[in-house]
Amino acid sequence: MEYMTSLFSVALLASAIRVTMPILLASLGAVHAERGGVVNIGLEGIMIMGTFFGAVGAYAFDTRFPSLAQTWPNLAPLAGVLAAVAAGLLFGLIHALVTITFRVDQIISGVALNLLAGGLARFLNILLFEKATQSPGVRGFTPIDIPLLRDLPALRPLVTGVSPMIITGVVLVAVSQWVLRRTRFGLRLRAVGEYPLAADTLGVNVYHLRYAGVLLSGALAGMAGAYLAIEQARLYFEGMTQGRGFIALAAMIFGNWWPVGALGASALFGYFDALSLRVVRLPVPYQFINVLPHIVTILVLAGFVRRARMPAADGVPYTKEEE
Amino acid sequence: MSTGMRIATAVLVAVAVLLWAIPGPQAAAQTKKWRVGIVYDVGGRGDLSFNDMAYAGLARAQKELGSGIETRDLEPTAGGENREELLRLLSGEKYDLIFGIGFLFTDSITRVAKDFPNVKFAIVDGFIADQPNVVSLLFKEQEGSFLVGAAAALKSTTGKIGFVGGMKIPLIEKFEAGYIAGAKYVKKNIQVFSEYAGTTGEAFRDPVKGKELALAEYDRGADIIYHASGGTGIGVFEAAVVQRRLAIGVDADQSLTVKPDQRAQILTSMMKRVDVAVYDTIKATTAGQYKAGVRQFGLKENGVGYAVNDYNKAMIQSVAARLEALKKDIIAGKIKVPSDKKQLEAFLATLK
Repeated sequence: MEYMTSLFSVALLASAIRVTMPILLASLGAVHAERGGVVNIGLEGIMIMGTFFGAVGAYAFDTRFPSLAQTWPNLAPLAGVLAAVAAGLLFGLIHALVTITFRVDQIISGVALNLLAGGLARFLNILLFEKATQSPGVRGFTPIDIPLLRDLPALRPLVTGVSPMIITGVVLVAVSQWVLRRTRFGLRLRAVGEYPLAADTLGVNVYHLRYAGVLLSGALAGMAGAYLAIEQARLYFEGMTQGRGFIALAAMIFGNWWPVGALGASALFGYFDALSLRVVRLPVPYQFINVLPHIVTILVLAGFVRRARMPAADGVPYTKEEE
Repeated sequence: MSTGMRIATAVLVAVAVLLWAIPGPQAAAQTKKWRVGIVYDVGGRGDLSFNDMAYAGLARAQKELGSGIETRDLEPTAGGENREELLRLLSGEKYDLIFGIGFLFTDSITRVAKDFPNVKFAIVDGFIADQPNVVSLLFKEQEGSFLVGAAAALKSTTGKIGFVGGMKIPLIEKFEAGYIAGAKYVKKNIQVFSEYAGTTGEAFRDPVKGKELALAEYDRGADIIYHASGGTGIGVFEAAVVQRRLAIGVDADQSLTVKPDQRAQILTSMMKRVDVAVYDTIKATTAGQYKAGVRQFGLKENGVGYAVNDYNKAMIQSVAARLEALKKDIIAGKIKVPSDKKQLEAFLATLK
């Protein structure tokens, strides 16, 4: 019985939310890229860049502008997030250029990004900090206590000391869902991912929209990396992404290519992850708990649980007809 | 090929042959110059821990032996796949003594040492038996862990302490067994929570997971957590900062290398003197006293211990006398520190 109560303890939920966040941000990015018809398996690499530049940005701001960083303690981590997003955009741009303009196989480009990021992070780290695998420590955002709710003792672990990036992430889900469902940009992006030729004949610029989708995925994956480095570990450490970029892709599929779905799927992954770290006595070995979300993803993909409906032109390079 | 080029090539070859044939001016006069190479564990230099300790040993040898030795240190790739290549590279270049830092070198050194019988090898943390040119440098981590376990138990006010291990392997379980034994030896009723970050090498570089594991243990009431988890432990320190509780470092004196805000949360560190082992081995080798087999570094050999520095002096002072007494008992053999689960159970059964 002890484990039943601990399964839903607030501390566990708080941990689950923290673990969910990087997966969620990256899978939001994946949704944008694939809705526009470009598969981005380079997310893992972009996240690595995000962790590295997140730490570098925060550290650089802290050391360059110590008085500013002292007065506004949130500026340094913000600089880190911006640097990570910029690095993500740059990597996104490479992926877009290679796959959209030059129509190289999207998987190959993604793999190349992943390999490049690992080596580049180590190289730059040695260059900047004269050691191979970790950056100096950085400071994170000032945690927020959510007003009103924080006075309820039962919820304390959940609503006090919350990272502002978590709140940002949840807001981003709502915004993305709205953009993809309701706005002109979102509808066009989806059209380009479903049937680019039709969109093209209606005067929609397929290339521009696909670029936008991939760039968004880069920015969000960079932010996911920044969250890991700045908010969780408070430094860059080689290998700290631990394959979360790939899990984000699984979450995107499981979430049926929708932001809200990605939130649900990431939360499931995060919850099981936190569960294996927290609950001491489980009815089954924790390894089973860990693989569960992945099995469900495979079942979803195989069509056993429910039909996965991927964008029809997902992964297919678009060539404009010769004039 | 034109005639001009042919002549040029011939001249070049002739010069090269001449240069090679004429002995260098000092080569004959000089006494033997020992060439010592190190291949680091995954993570490489700058890990502020294991590898940097090995480097410190090498640097000390270089400083003391001066021109008597020539050193070279190499880092494997992030995944460590090219470990064996690097060993072969150094062996091929006629290095006299080659170190592999970390138990992950066990297989590759076993193979390379067979192919290069004239090269001497040393492995830190790995056990390779019966090879005439390999010395295994092992540490009695359980003894140092015993002392920090005792320190944690004595300092704990909640009666609960924690342990976060990296990869679940016998090596790390040695730390855990010693820690629990030390804690229960001084305070029988202390409760010790124990968690591991994983079952692969990745478990040593996952600070995010380390933080969550530590937060979970702090939530359960632990007020001091000992980590033996490499880079994962940085997350443990971060959790200690968030919860304003204490943590214990490992391998190096980690108070000296972490961020200032983490420093205040570090009670002490279990020092594993890889530098001593590396330095001693180099010194013995250059003196012609290299001995293959197994060398153990425990409390007695000054190979393990607990760290006292300017930052933790005030915290550790109240228990220092007790720790020194325990240390004496261990060195004298009055306390036999368990090094695995089975021995630990037997040890705990003897406590009254």
